[in-house]
Amino acid sequence: MESVFDIIGPIMIGPSSSHTAGALKLANMARAILGDTPTEVKVNLYGSFAKTYKGHGSDRAIAAGFLGFSTEDERIPEAISIAAKKGVKINFVPSNKPVDHPNTLEFEMVDKSGLKIIVQGISIGGGNVIIKKIDNYEVNLTGNYEALIVGHKDYPGIIAKITQVISSKNINIAYMYVSRLERGKDAMMTIETDDYISTDIYSTLSSLPDLNLVKIIHRL
Amino acid sequence: MNSFSTISELVSMAKENHSDISEIVLSSEAQRMQKDKEEIFNTMSHRLTVMRNSVEKGRKNYNYSISKMVGTNASSFDSFISKNTYLGGMVEKAICYALSVSEVNACMGLVVACPTAGSCGILPGAVLSVSEEMNLPDEKIVLSMFTAAGIGMVIGNNATLAGAVGGCQAECGSASAMAAAAVLELMGGGPDQVGHAVALALKNCLGLVCDPVAGLVEVPCVKRNAFGAVHALVAAELALAGIESVIPPDEVILASYEIGRLMPKSLKETSEAGLAKTPTGKKIESMMNS
Repeated sequence: MESVFDIIGPIMIGPSSSHTAGALKLANMARAILGDTPTEVKVNLYGSFAKTYKGHGSDRAIAAGFLGFSTEDERIPEAISIAAKKGVKINFVPSNKPVDHPNTLEFEMVDKSGLKIIVQGISIGGGNVIIKKIDNYEVNLTGNYEALIVGHKDYPGIIAKITQVISSKNINIAYMYVSRLERGKDAMMTIETDDYISTDIYSTLSSLPDLNLVKIIHRL
Repeated sequence: MNSFSTISELVSMAKENHSDISEIVLSSEAQRMQKDKEEIFNTMSHRLTVMRNSVEKGRKNYNYSISKMVGTNASSFDSFISKNTYLGGMVEKAICYALSVSEVNACMGLVVACPTAGSCGILPGAVLSVSEEMNLPDEKIVLSMFTAAGIGMVIGNNATLAGAVGGCQAECGSASAMAAAAVLELMGGGPDQVGHAVALALKNCLGLVCDPVAGLVEVPCVKRNAFGAVHALVAAELALAGIESVIPPDEVILASYEIGRLMPKSLKETSEAGLAKTPTGKKIESMMNS
């Protein structure tokens, strides 16, 4: 509670900051991670999302998120039909599989090139969200900061190489999370920064060896 | 140092400064965000515009929410008070406006959460009715919203604003305490009285559970927003008349947090007990899931 506008705000389409605004933000971030509007998404709804998503309009909010709408956009109630018209196929699947957090969503997305990415996230209240998983990697992304996602090989010194590029642009790292599937194999790092991440960072990082993924996720 | 963490600090800062609490909250925000006061004032002013739009939309809305439980209460009440008056203009408008904003929220319209979406009708209901009945300029209303926000920040930082943590006392109770403070300032009360208005409003919401039918922000939330707005008016006028809360506001806030923590999980937004598990509540829930 740092600002008066955390109390008198956000301005949002109702009815629920966690199940409507939060659901939209998660879908919006998932779209940014995919890098494009998906052509097909399977949305797995867990916990209280599975029980209440229809009444909270979470399905419409998720469709709106995949279209890149903001939480204030008055087209949210019609987002499912707008998405259908734009060729985005969305399939909502409520699940009773137990999950760690009661408000969990998972998106299995495919883009027009056939690229498939699975993103999982949680809505933690007041419209705040965290992306917890990209494919099999654990991550930690809030959307409150500029962010970089870097897929890389796991070996000594690689993290320093990546952060050096960031520091050379005078960008301050606020939070950072590294996870790997197995020692010496593939790893993923998510970096949240205070400063704007421009596309020249993307090109510099993409030219480094042993990196297989670089994505910029702008602040929501 | 221009910051506050308790109501008593807020009250004494205003008294030392010979100003209203709104001025302290506005200056403190400007300092914290390193922005000028005018910019912050304008951001709040935009929120007032959104609130007014929600009121206008809600009182003319004849459509139901997705669950069909709510949607037309505000328009029904609006047409009723256009022909009848029992409680008087200020109270009737507070009821009508709070219902309007809350139903716009339930029907996927645009609102300002204050402090939450579930309690978003209380502050606009109370401040817009009072300011219209007293013919007050927008500048005063916007300032009173800073007072409300300051109270909300203190409650959020010392207790909770989430129904899942503290039950509905944390949402509608906090909203009502915030609205009482704003209304008191609109009515011309001083900083000490603001503290008492907060304590009186919150005290009377202690123990309020969050047991929404089918897990939706509709029953009992929408109508509770109407009661919450009137509740704020009662607290403000009591305090303005010089009636004091025996328990000071900061102690009431801590008591609400303690009560919230002691409250069973089944009554904190999980819809596992209370109204949600009445025969009618269960019937609506199974209809929503089919």
